[in-house]
Amino acid sequence: MNWANAVLHGILLGGLYALLATGLSLMFGVMRIINLAHGSLALVGAYMAFLLTEHTSMSTYLSLVIVLPGALVVGYVLQWTLLERSLRAGELVPLLTTFGLLIVIANLLQEFFSPDVHSLPSGSIGTASWRISSHFTVPWLDALILGVAIGALGSLQLLLRRTQIGRELRATAADADTAELLGVDARRVYAYATAIAVATAALAGVFYAMRSAFDPFSGPTQLIYAFEAVVIGGLGSLWGTLLGGIVLGVAQTVGAQIDVQYFALAGHVVFLAVLVLRAVLQAGGLRVLPRGAAA
Amino acid sequence: MSVVATTRVERWSAVSVSFTGALAALIALLAFAPLLLGQNSLDNLIQLYFLVILAIMWNALAGYGGLVSVGQQAFIGIGAYGVVFLSVQHSLNPYLAMLVATAIGAAISIPLAAVMLWLRGGAFAIGMWVVAEMFAIFVSLDATLGGGTGTSAVLAFNLRYTPDQRLKYTYWAALAAAATLLVVLFVLLRSRLGASLQAIRDDEEAARSVGVRVLLGRGVLFVLAGAGCTAAGAIILAWQLSILPLGPDSIFGVDWSAKMIFMVLVGGLGTFEGPILGAIVLYLLQTYVSNSGVWYFVMLGSIAIAVALFLPRGVWGAVQERFNLQLLPVGYRLRR
Repeated sequence: MNWANAVLHGILLGGLYALLATGLSLMFGVMRIINLAHGSLALVGAYMAFLLTEHTSMSTYLSLVIVLPGALVVGYVLQWTLLERSLRAGELVPLLTTFGLLIVIANLLQEFFSPDVHSLPSGSIGTASWRISSHFTVPWLDALILGVAIGALGSLQLLLRRTQIGRELRATAADADTAELLGVDARRVYAYATAIAVATAALAGVFYAMRSAFDPFSGPTQLIYAFEAVVIGGLGSLWGTLLGGIVLGVAQTVGAQIDVQYFALAGHVVFLAVLVLRAVLQAGGLRVLPRGAAA
Repeated sequence: MSVVATTRVERWSAVSVSFTGALAALIALLAFAPLLLGQNSLDNLIQLYFLVILAIMWNALAGYGGLVSVGQQAFIGIGAYGVVFLSVQHSLNPYLAMLVATAIGAAISIPLAAVMLWLRGGAFAIGMWVVAEMFAIFVSLDATLGGGTGTSAVLAFNLRYTPDQRLKYTYWAALAAAATLLVVLFVLLRSRLGASLQAIRDDEEAARSVGVRVLLGRGVLFVLAGAGCTAAGAIILAWQLSILPLGPDSIFGVDWSAKMIFMVLVGGLGTFEGPILGAIVLYLLQTYVSNSGVWYFVMLGSIAIAVALFLPRGVWGAVQERFNLQLLPVGYRLRR
């Protein structure tokens, strides 16, 4: 691998991070909470796909037909049970409860699936790649994931712009109280947002698990990467999330090009550099994460 | 109105004076424990002391500063590795190294505060986690600190002390650290700064508008919590001797955050006495029920969720409300 190829692979990897980050960004935009269990929910999706591919003859891609609707239901139920109460209990409570959920999920996964490392079969796509020149290769799977990410972001954009539920989501994000006055049921809107967020998380989790091995404690890693992508891209904008994911991916692959051990570290450094830059630029008192910047 | 005329503001009550006095006497008495108790009891008490430190420091951040961090393990790791670095590689006396490491932790927390305190809510929470991960990776890349396979400070202690001496001195260090941090936090919260901190927590914009220096108040808490967690990390190293840098159950692991959140929530977020109670609860759970494994953490996580939702001020908050009781008063109250 050379430098240019590292950058190319980083761009492709950015698609995965954007996919991971979409739900996190959506929930923050609409409900003003950061779901600390987001990565763990992605991982639950991966484990569900693992169960299906192990016990049936289904391919990983086909398992999405069951995993994604399942994730929608999980997200919907999650909002009505845990998050709804948390939101009412105060600003900090959703953080505490979703962190508790993260710990519970990671340990239950370890109980039921053992602490061993697993991976999902990725079929013939997983091993194939285009060879552009002797220095450039494009793995099919990575290209597919970037395509899925762009497709998911585009669909979400259309949903938000063109549909009734999208209008309700945007109205609630802008001002939940006023939206309620106009007849929008904010709790139902929150449930839709959470359902979509968990479904995109599960989709990202399944692709993550096809690309690399995973274990019950991979959830937090995915949460951190998703969050870094969101912050680098600027929380709120969907396409900013894609850009943030790409910057993070490039930082990691270029870091790994220097030394394989620098993969995650390089991403963290870029993330922190962005924070420092914003702290310096916004020393006047603006917030790093502006309010009312949904989608 | 006559009610107003006969109402007076008081901080101390007969109950709180006698309790605070009794607690001070208890701490003084506990200082003599190494002369009376066996090794197992000392070992257990050290564990209780560092849990108390972690709980009151996390509560200082979240309960009084409104800053939920899931990355305080960064400082625990810095404390532990700081002692290894100073005592193993630079042959400093390990107990002196614990003090120096704490100062280093405080020094690191100052520039960190300047960057991290711009973040709010969940962004601050995960941001701190990223910081913890970064330190963990830095340490694991340093072969002289044992790399990813961890390290041990057995030699540094054994060169100077017998195992029995190490236990006693570590006990005293842990007790002194816990007592000092309790007093510092108590004095801080009762000061003018303490009042402004609670104003910030309750309504940041209103506090800012009456001239409270929000960033300064949060900064002081952040640095105190950083130094306190570093001290706890140094004690944890002296207690367990061997440490690992990577993984959820390592010295930089997120399991520490789970324990801190559990202790503070169960005891009572934003109460002074609550986290101490929470530390005792966790200590009893670890000693008599289970101290590791899958179900232990499932239990911690689910209890934390349940308490956050159904008992937001924790056990101590509920007691306080029911009996109007303040044992270690950091606020004021009205009395007829």
